[in-house]
Amino acid sequence: MSDATEAPTHTGRQIPDRLQNPLTRALQSWEALLLVVAVAIFIANSMASPYFLDPWNLSDATFNFTEKAMIAFAMALLIISGEIDLSVGAIIALASTAMGLAMQAGAGTPVLVLVGLATGLLCGAFNGLLVARFGLPSIVVTIGTMSLFRGISYIVLGDSAFTGYPSGFAWFGQGYVFWVITVELVIFTIAAIIFGILLHRTNFGRMVYAIGNNATAARFSGIRVERIKFTLFLLTGLMSGIAAICLTSRLGSTRPSIAAGFELEVVTIVVLGGVSILGGSGSIPGVVIAALVMGLVTFGLGLLNVPGIVMSIIMGLLLIGVIALPRLWSMARRR
Amino acid sequence: MNILKSRETILGIAILVLLAIIASRFPAFIRPQNLANVFTDTSPLILLALGQMVVILTKCIDLSVAANLALCGMIAALMDGAGVPVPVIVLAVIALGAALGAVNGLLVWTLGIPSIVVTLGTMTIFRGTIFLLTDGAWINAHQMSDAFKALPRTLILGLPIMAWIAIAVIIAFAFLLSRTALGRAFYAVGGNPHAAVYTGISVGRTQFWAFVFAGALAGLTGYLWVARYAVAYVDIAGGFELDVVAACVIGGIAIAGGAGTVAGCVMGALFLGIIKNALPVVGISPFWQMAISGSAILIAIAFNARSNRAPGRIILKQAEHRS
Repeated sequence: MSDATEAPTHTGRQIPDRLQNPLTRALQSWEALLLVVAVAIFIANSMASPYFLDPWNLSDATFNFTEKAMIAFAMALLIISGEIDLSVGAIIALASTAMGLAMQAGAGTPVLVLVGLATGLLCGAFNGLLVARFGLPSIVVTIGTMSLFRGISYIVLGDSAFTGYPSGFAWFGQGYVFWVITVELVIFTIAAIIFGILLHRTNFGRMVYAIGNNATAARFSGIRVERIKFTLFLLTGLMSGIAAICLTSRLGSTRPSIAAGFELEVVTIVVLGGVSILGGSGSIPGVVIAALVMGLVTFGLGLLNVPGIVMSIIMGLLLIGVIALPRLWSMARRR
Repeated sequence: MNILKSRETILGIAILVLLAIIASRFPAFIRPQNLANVFTDTSPLILLALGQMVVILTKCIDLSVAANLALCGMIAALMDGAGVPVPVIVLAVIALGAALGAVNGLLVWTLGIPSIVVTLGTMTIFRGTIFLLTDGAWINAHQMSDAFKALPRTLILGLPIMAWIAIAVIIAFAFLLSRTALGRAFYAVGGNPHAAVYTGISVGRTQFWAFVFAGALAGLTGYLWVARYAVAYVDIAGGFELDVVAACVIGGIAIAGGAGTVAGCVMGALFLGIIKNALPVVGISPFWQMAISGSAILIAIAFNARSNRAPGRIILKQAEHRS
């Protein structure tokens, strides 16, 4: 869908004659630029509002991105491999609904968590099966499963809601590990480390890049493309399940419209983090910083009483802007 | 034999079977008057699906159509409140919709940003703009002029104007896609972009026009929607873009571009429209609608993938690879 190029010439990445100084390379990287943006927003926020630098306020602000960023790590791998999953918000809705049903059947917190994780894994497996096993395009498959998963939640719940989760369950979304460090922030950090190692330090990660750059070449070099893609959908499902546990626990209730529009924000974080939507490149540190940028922007605007829908305009502009600017820049330089 | 195998025939049979099942329990559903109502009800979906179809033909996707519809609908209502005559409003929203589509198209054409990213972004921007215009306020029936509300409902030969507009656009698109250079270019660009460039077709420009068409139709539908339901607010047609993509996928428009027909697209929309209208009649909760259209999408792509499996002959294997 996205490989329509203007000219038939094959413009691969240009390989320079010699390697640049590692420090210059690091400074010119997308991640460095993002970090500068994050610091700038941080400073601007602390000057714009006297309430910004309060540790408890900052701790609250992390809720703006932790749940989405957990999914964004798995989504980053998926997009690097050249696929996409638009059903993550719907997986959250379905997992949350399943937990609600389990709760009504009298399940305790450990069972609720298992149900959430299992539902996420099942949904991911379903997506993965359709894409990897049957070779269907992931964008339509996940648009379909997005309707299907959330549709099942609507069938179960209609216009009602599940409430009354056990008090122990509230720990995931409302608990603190120590001082202002929330449980969600800890999960986010652990997920960032695990996915960072997985992508940048393991064979698996190299294979993900290889598939995203050239799936055919990857297959010829002995990579089991389908199996890896399936695993990536499974991981995305699992992370959506974890996000569902956190979100349900934080809200204390389940409605079928829970996590509506999450897919957009998750994809925005991933793309903002420098992952190419065409696949093949990107990094986990970039995604982490992008999540921070998004959290800081939303929180700062919230302190200034900017309504949520205006923030979504800004997110939309940010999404298009971060991709458009480098392209405009290189177009201007070529002239 | 080929006719029996074509997607359109299979889909047509599926629609007839669906109607037969509904009619076996509720014969009143297939009375001509009711079927005409179903068609009128489905008109917005048909209009948007036709626009989406040309976009998908060129290997793109437009997720912003529903937001475009909502923004144009709101502006139509605001213009009506300012006393602008209805024909001017209609022309204005078509132009506005086309302009919004052109924004998508330009970003895809000149900057080469993938369409899914562009339209995910513009989707939220368009909806947010409605909020900025109105501060989240609703425009209700009593704030709209009678002429504004009456146009889509006016009957001509027993069918409301809204249905006639859908029929006119269907005919226009059938002509556009089969009889004009631009129409053929949509297929060429989606079928093989490299070959299209060699034949002198600009891929980006063609995609740009596809987005403009989709936008213009979304703008027109925005007016029809707001006038018919006599209410305008930020969230009208929320999530409708998924129904539109679903209609295209069910109608056999290949998501990889280059394949699909107007007839298939219209039938895909009608298939969803019949289900939507039949659910309350059959006594199934409308909350089933979403899961059913999701399943329909999945079944349809599985079907299409199977029928696509017989590939065209590769004449020059090397050339194919080099591109």
